[in-house]
Amino acid sequence: MKKDIILCGVGGQGILSIATIIGEAAMQAGLQIKQAEVHGMSQRGGDVQSHLRISSEPIYSDLIPLGGADVIISMEPMEALRYVPYLKADGWVVTSSVPFVNIPNYPADTDIQAALAQLPHVVSIDIDQLAKDSGVPRSANMVLLGAAAQAIGIGYEQLASAIGHVFARKGEAVVGANLRALALGKQSSGL
Amino acid sequence: MKKLLLGDEAIAQGAIDAGLSGVYAYPGTPSTEITEYIQHNPLATERGLHSRWCTNEKTAMEAALGMSFMGKRAMVCMKHVGLNVCADPFVNSAMTGVNGGVVVVVADDPSMHSSQDEQDSRFYGKFAMLPVFEPASQQEAYDMMAAAFDYSERQQLPVLMRVTTRMAHSRAVVSTCEAARPENPLNYDAQAANWVLLPANARRRNDKVTAQQAQLEADAVASPYNIYSVPAVAQPPYALGVLASGIACNYVQEALQMAGADGMLPMLKVSQYPLPKALVRRLLGDCERVLIVEEGQPFIEEQVRGVAESNHILGRLTGELPRTGELTPDVVGQALQRAGAPWATASAATPDTPLVVPRPPALCQGCGHRDVYAALNEVLREYEHPRVFGDIGCYTLGFLPPYRAIHSCVDMGASITMAKGAADAGQWPAVAVIGDSTFTHSGMTGLLDAVNEGTDITVIISDNLTTAMTGGQDSAGTNKYEAICRGLGVPDEHLHVVVPLPKNMAEITRIIRDEINYHGVSVIIPRRECIQTLKRHAKKQREQ
Repeated sequence: MKKDIILCGVGGQGILSIATIIGEAAMQAGLQIKQAEVHGMSQRGGDVQSHLRISSEPIYSDLIPLGGADVIISMEPMEALRYVPYLKADGWVVTSSVPFVNIPNYPADTDIQAALAQLPHVVSIDIDQLAKDSGVPRSANMVLLGAAAQAIGIGYEQLASAIGHVFARKGEAVVGANLRALALGKQSSGL
Repeated sequence: MKKLLLGDEAIAQGAIDAGLSGVYAYPGTPSTEITEYIQHNPLATERGLHSRWCTNEKTAMEAALGMSFMGKRAMVCMKHVGLNVCADPFVNSAMTGVNGGVVVVVADDPSMHSSQDEQDSRFYGKFAMLPVFEPASQQEAYDMMAAAFDYSERQQLPVLMRVTTRMAHSRAVVSTCEAARPENPLNYDAQAANWVLLPANARRRNDKVTAQQAQLEADAVASPYNIYSVPAVAQPPYALGVLASGIACNYVQEALQMAGADGMLPMLKVSQYPLPKALVRRLLGDCERVLIVEEGQPFIEEQVRGVAESNHILGRLTGELPRTGELTPDVVGQALQRAGAPWATASAATPDTPLVVPRPPALCQGCGHRDVYAALNEVLREYEHPRVFGDIGCYTLGFLPPYRAIHSCVDMGASITMAKGAADAGQWPAVAVIGDSTFTHSGMTGLLDAVNEGTDITVIISDNLTTAMTGGQDSAGTNKYEAICRGLGVPDEHLHVVVPLPKNMAEITRIIRDEINYHGVSVIIPRRECIQTLKRHAKKQREQ
């Protein structure tokens, strides 16, 4: 088993929490993990990404080679497109459909949707609306993780158990909200 | 015990488990998480290990030497440019030697993700004649800490531990030991004759440390971290071999794995210096050509090529690898191909999408620095050639649109001294913009120079009550800025505190204008908490 995952978004959108959950689930499953993160200057509203590699075999590089990613999980649609050179020819993109516009020259939404449509396997979801409608507005990132669950090669139950473990010290309410968000994402992905 | 740790965290855990008594550090990407981990570690808290932030890297290095003098184990952590700040005590620490073990952890930042330059700290190790460790994995980083402290005490020299961004900020599963070693007791073995660096003492120590180099190199040849491996099936001479250091080894292994060529090339992995020349000679003797792959500058490559410039030594200096910038599995794979490895490596990448535009970092909405720059720009519009000297921190982003407000950013504290030099040259208005933490790090001494000469500069200490850029660490001078400026001789009538908010714009612009028109040193302190730490504090309060 080997999955190379690019997590991306805009600084502050919570991609590192997604990485933490996948990493915890992978560790519980006895898998090898390497996860390169971005800290520092880029976190101030700039683009951020994390290379997450999980495998049953030893992993050498902390970075994923170009054309090597099985899946891109993105909190923002243009950011998903930024990392397309890393995607395998038949790789998956699971992304939020909601643009985060904090630059003056942000491209037209229709162009972004058209570029995404060129890719073979894309799941694009309004995770913010879904999370809000279901009363878990602060767990949009877990909705996205739920939507990507099928593509990352770790069982849904293992992800749920990792959420329980990672958020335990924040109390039952937080764990519950994140679990609801995860289930919501899984349902809405159609996978 | 298995833990999922950042490289930085593995180093911190390794140090605690090795019986550390204190970490001394100034925040700097990508090294910050080492000290933060120790600050939040239960055993470190229970043992009362020193972990409070220092004012700068020089005070940190010196305090660690003091702890070592008393027999205890101390660690110093910084980013690569921090080593410039503490170069004086660092280089001299080879002359004093150590009593308790000292490990200086320096995180380099190739490709300059969050830095002004790409300097490679291994040169400092060689320069100071100190052993250097360079881990290739998070597990090795953990294991090396105990080894480095033991080695430091055995050789009575500090050890430089060099990591780079990808090691510092990448997570992996690390096996840690069950019980931490006890701290060293106080001991009084430090000999004043070694620690008082009068020329007579320093000469004796210099002879000793110079003579020690042969032993350090022999130890590097025998080190379990320096491994020469040859293909199981083939015999020398090999057409191509690889010498890779630290995490560069991983990219070579990745490229081999992708090509289904695991173990097909002879490879010398170097993770302990001085350069183990005997191992390098074996590799050179076994191979027709050798590709040298190292993260950072061509430190090993220059030593191996020397002036003979052998055609058989390939790397950054010969164009197989890019001359600058961080390594990736792709550039290493391409380099192996160029060097004649007989298999293809790169897989087909999907092309770039042209409509994607850059998303540079920006000052947060609601940040006080924004109001400072808005006010400054409004006033400076009235002058023909204003010059604003910036500094290191979030407010360096004031260079970017919409403010485009600063004309320089060089190193910690340079805003004040550069404004002074410009004023000495006849520039007016000369304005310095510096953050609170940067001011206490390296700005105070420059302000004293300006006060002593009555230089015509206006200094803005934009105080957000934290070290914001690196994630909100405590700032050494919080609540002391007026007192510090007064103590350095800034007159009360030219020392102002304002609250940077849009509603105060009239007052702030008036003060800036008046102080520019005053021909002497004035200091304006706009003070409002960082919006990020403010949110965090509010959240914490809600949770309680």
